[in-house]
Amino acid sequence: MRRIRRRTPWPIATLALIGLAFFVVPLAGLLAQAPWSRLVEVASSGLVLDALGLSLLTSALATVAGAIVGIPLAWFLARSEQRGLGIVRAIVTLPLVLPPVVGGAALLFALGRRGSLGGPLAEATGFVLPFSIWGVVVANAFVAMPFLIITVEGAIRALDQRYEHAAATLGAGRWTTMRRVTLPMVAPGIMSGLVLSWARAFGEFGATITFAGNLGGRTQTLPLAVFVALESDREAAIVISLLMVAVSITVLVLLRDRWWRVT
Amino acid sequence: MNGLVADLRVVRPGGFRLAAGLHIDRGETVALLGPNGAGKSTVVLALAGLLPVDGGVITLGDETLDRPSTGTFVPAERRRIGVVFQDYALFPHLTALDNVAFGLEAHGRSRSGARREASTWLDKVGLGEAERIRPGELSGGQAQRVALARALAFGPDLLLLDEPLAALDATTRPALRAVLAEHLEGFEGPRLLITHDPLEAFVLADRIYVIEHGAITQTGTADDIRLRPRSPYAADLGGTNLFVGTAAGGHLDVGGHRLSVADHTVSGPAIATVHPRAISLHRRPPEGSPRNAWETSVRHLEPLGERVRVQLGTPLPITAEITPASAAELGLEADVKVWISIKATEISIEAQP
Repeated sequence: MRRIRRRTPWPIATLALIGLAFFVVPLAGLLAQAPWSRLVEVASSGLVLDALGLSLLTSALATVAGAIVGIPLAWFLARSEQRGLGIVRAIVTLPLVLPPVVGGAALLFALGRRGSLGGPLAEATGFVLPFSIWGVVVANAFVAMPFLIITVEGAIRALDQRYEHAAATLGAGRWTTMRRVTLPMVAPGIMSGLVLSWARAFGEFGATITFAGNLGGRTQTLPLAVFVALESDREAAIVISLLMVAVSITVLVLLRDRWWRVT
Repeated sequence: MNGLVADLRVVRPGGFRLAAGLHIDRGETVALLGPNGAGKSTVVLALAGLLPVDGGVITLGDETLDRPSTGTFVPAERRRIGVVFQDYALFPHLTALDNVAFGLEAHGRSRSGARREASTWLDKVGLGEAERIRPGELSGGQAQRVALARALAFGPDLLLLDEPLAALDATTRPALRAVLAEHLEGFEGPRLLITHDPLEAFVLADRIYVIEHGAITQTGTADDIRLRPRSPYAADLGGTNLFVGTAAGGHLDVGGHRLSVADHTVSGPAIATVHPRAISLHRRPPEGSPRNAWETSVRHLEPLGERVRVQLGTPLPITAEITPASAAELGLEADVKVWISIKATEISIEAQP
């Protein structure tokens, strides 16, 4: 096939290159300063491995928990004709614009040892959410779930209702229609939402440190470890950062071909 | 057992009002013919149970499906109405076989039983080899047949076809119209064909309802609509001349009368349509190039708004539409002799398998 190449106009090309540099330069800086000789030693230290394991576990748990309640919430937002849905949507998307520290503080006031909900819970069961691994999961879910919800809501809205109409005329009740038509058809949207939400949870810092603290081996995730290392061991900070870049890129690449559709 | 009896009253957001009465006997094919925006889709949604009516009643067989006055409403999934949707709405993530099996499973068959039966249905519509193909890879004609098999497989009591041929290109339409006609015959319940194409309604339906602005403006056989349209709109929509004959080399033979047509590619059984306004009337034999010209006599004159419909007799009964001024000028009245001319390019023709 014959193709005609069209040149991009130079003002657009220039600005686009500046935009690209904005992303490339920090990454290059990280690579340039990396202590390649200490790479394996730092990356395999107990502190880093603990943080990595904790990060992978909590971000995965937060994503799964977010999916279990977030997908139904997205379905409700997309399909309900209830009044005041705008307010519900605003509340759900608030964590997208809220500084994560504020989110963490809000969680603390609600679910902390002396929080409105956490207080009675601690008295009755002795269970305290903050400064535990569950606190990390809650903080992660709080900031990450909105990404899942808005992505899935968009996918459900974009689904042509005629498919569900067709399913109904063929005798399928609402549950069967949801299971066999709606969910499979919005699966790519759900996967996109899961990936986005996992990536956000994996990198979460502000809400986690505020709500769950920074206890090595218990609530110190990779981003927290980077923050601590910046004060004490710059080279370790770089190595951990590179580790996070590597994990994120690996996950995105693995999922991209099958699920990650940017259209 | 009764067929479908419906009196549909619906008010849509935005103020559109539908008030239409329909009845279809078992074994009867009825077309609902109307332009876009006339309310055809609203009729489909209401009958299928996807949109509750605001007033009136829908009964199918002995069962009341929707009657707001008594609070009766049977939801879509319990109505047993097979719908062929416009553009088919086949599930893109399921194979052709699973699309057809879907309704059978939803009606309680086991997965394997449903698949076996679905396979038989695909054979019936001539798509036995397409079982594992997904809708994205089916041609328009194949998709239409899968949609038909899917709508029929679970044994519905009413068949609704919403513009079943509109998604097809003009070259495949005649052949698939024939396929459709065959399968309509095989279905015993009432059949409702929604269409904006008069030809489709004339060829496939026993009876036609014309719908305009949410109301039925005329009902009758194809001939009733064609020869005696009751509104200017029906005249435009359906009041066209239609001939069935045999085509060969740029001619169409209609019961011994030969029409010249511009399309030389069609041969064998064919349908030709001529719009009444494309027919010219003259007092003397016309000069110039019309390929079709003959003398005939006026049978009937019918004023219709700003125009007059003139029905002409032997050798080829045909309807022309002219202005009242030219009717007066030609001195037209019943039994007056008149010359008729039609350009070959004004006759549309298509093969009728």
